[in-house]
Amino acid sequence: MKMSGAQMVCEALIAEGVTTVFGYPGGAIMNVYDAIYKQNGFEHILNRHEQAAVHAADGYARATGKVGVAMVTSGPGFTNAVTGLATAYMDSIPLVVISGQVPLSLIGTDGFQEVDAVGISRPCTKHNYLVDSIEDLPRILKEAFYIANSGRPGPVLVDIPKDITAEYGIFNYPSEVNIPTYRPSYKGNDRQIKKAVEAMLEAKKPLLYLGGGVVLGNASDLVREFTKLTQIPAVETLMARGVMGNENPLLLGMIGMHGNYSSNMAMSEADLIISLGARFDDRVTGKLSEFAKYAQIIHVDIDPANIGKLVDVDFPIVGDVSEVLHKMIPLLVGTVNPDRYQAWREILARYNELHPLSYNDSDEVIKPQWVIERIGKTLGENAIITSDVGQHQMWAAQFYPFDRPRQWINSGGLGTMGFGFPAALGAKRGIPEKTVINITGDGSILMNMQELVTAAEYKIPVINVILNNQFLGMVRQWQTFFYEKRYSETDLSFQPNFKALAEACGGIGYDVTTKKEFDDALKDAIKQDKVCFMNVAVNRFENVLPMVPAGGALYNMLLEHKDK
Amino acid sequence: MQEVRRVISAIVMNESSVLARVSGLFAGRGYNIESLTVAPIPNSDLSRITIVTKGNQRIIEQIIKQLNKLISTLKVIEHEEMVEKEMVLIKFPASEHLGDIQALCHTYNGGIVNAGENMIIAMAADESKRIEHFIEASQRYNPLEIVRGGIVAIER
Repeated sequence: MKMSGAQMVCEALIAEGVTTVFGYPGGAIMNVYDAIYKQNGFEHILNRHEQAAVHAADGYARATGKVGVAMVTSGPGFTNAVTGLATAYMDSIPLVVISGQVPLSLIGTDGFQEVDAVGISRPCTKHNYLVDSIEDLPRILKEAFYIANSGRPGPVLVDIPKDITAEYGIFNYPSEVNIPTYRPSYKGNDRQIKKAVEAMLEAKKPLLYLGGGVVLGNASDLVREFTKLTQIPAVETLMARGVMGNENPLLLGMIGMHGNYSSNMAMSEADLIISLGARFDDRVTGKLSEFAKYAQIIHVDIDPANIGKLVDVDFPIVGDVSEVLHKMIPLLVGTVNPDRYQAWREILARYNELHPLSYNDSDEVIKPQWVIERIGKTLGENAIITSDVGQHQMWAAQFYPFDRPRQWINSGGLGTMGFGFPAALGAKRGIPEKTVINITGDGSILMNMQELVTAAEYKIPVINVILNNQFLGMVRQWQTFFYEKRYSETDLSFQPNFKALAEACGGIGYDVTTKKEFDDALKDAIKQDKVCFMNVAVNRFENVLPMVPAGGALYNMLLEHKDK
Repeated sequence: MQEVRRVISAIVMNESSVLARVSGLFAGRGYNIESLTVAPIPNSDLSRITIVTKGNQRIIEQIIKQLNKLISTLKVIEHEEMVEKEMVLIKFPASEHLGDIQALCHTYNGGIVNAGENMIIAMAADESKRIEHFIEASQRYNPLEIVRGGIVAIER
């Protein structure tokens, strides 16, 4: 069928089952927007900034498991999208981002709104394309979706010059892709799997180390089956919250810089680490030479480059977590003796009694941790929680009772402030039946606050709970601990009127200074069908604890901070 | 961990920006490039990129894995048993003794490739170490310009 390149883009999106596209038009992408105007296969959400459009597509992808799609114009439209691409890349989120480009004849001439998009995005995309012929366009779009959502997922950029979207060509959308240079392995080596299982049977102190790959690979049910069978305790990384389920007695908690005591001690004392879809990030391992010193390591990862990158691995298994667990579980049935690990579980339980995750609540001032717990008690399983980056993110990860994967959406790898609100819009659009709450700070929320307008226009009722300590809290905490309280540029006590701001953009605002007010506001916000800012005044100098100082060993945690 | 020198060949799709993907990977992740050559593989849509690099075993392993991870890479060969050659061109003033230079070139798998009114151009193709010796030996003939090529390697 003969059609324009712009129509081809729309047809390809429809063929891929895309129902929502987030974007922002501009000169070089106008042809595609003209085609969008004429079609009704998918809706387009006009975010008010390209960065937010990509984060929204990202939040949509994380919540639904489908590929998120964003569309931007050339030059500044594209450069604004780069933070979104890098955020998705670090957390392995499947996205297809389509950018307009100046016409082929102008490329390389410093044309108006020209920037080398493939050059800039090369290190922060899984793959990217500059389309230089209409004949290639259908194949490239097909490949983009395939690459984004196979193997280790990631964002793919398709940069399309304006003359290509205007040109007419034959649209034959391929039903299959054939990329001889790209063959991800899913299966996992049988011999290595067998050896790994033997190591589990030999171990006395095994520990499951769960990463974001378990969420991406939809392997949560299998992981729960595995732990039920073996009774091996587990820790979750920031990206894996929800995998085990909050009530699971085998879940120790979160591992890493702000992990709880028993999790970090378990990692330090285990004799066998079973790593599933985790990548030994520096925020997880602390000082590498002290990390899991006494353990043999089984590392299951779909990306071979993650294996052996930071720590030496005894049992490397390249494969999809689900497929590998499917092979492991039958080998363990009838052979594993859960009693073997009883003494180990008791030690860990004692560690948890010794230093449970806790905070000192107050009646005078709202504690941020209380707010998280309160939301958890009120909504529990019925909410999707997104967050920005900083103290509020860590408190949310520590104190929210996550019950399932894809319930917790945050920028873990890149740590992008401004991610939470647009990601919440995407998540709500993807899963409209859930209440979506963005737990944010008074610093982060301003970084994409223009999305109030998007949320109001499209009636996407996202609740933004601003834990307002009038500080750039996490940096302030480091300044308190490590910079002798020199609060360089972290005091945010000059503030906007958050309530009025939300109202000015068509949303609802709440000012909250007491626990009672919070309960009332939350109850009201859940009922309302409108976006809101809930400005919660919390204790200014609250710290996120425990804390492993950067570069320190995981077992050396600051458990409390005494002000000198 | 001890630093080792490695010759690595990446067989990649012969398409625009593939060299940028490879060199960008090295720059972005802080890997060394001592030499890099790229040329199309005859009768195919592939190119061969030959890279000489240095690093400890973990880094070399990462380089190979990261190269493999590029969507445009078909395969990566870490050479152990290989024949490795490098080429050099040297320009001498015409006043130098042609016969002596020719004799020197012969010792290093080369010869005189051009002789004009003002200059003589000599070529040698040999292992990198021997190319260095050749350049050293050529100093006595007052070389005007020295151009080294990158390394190419083939499995034995």
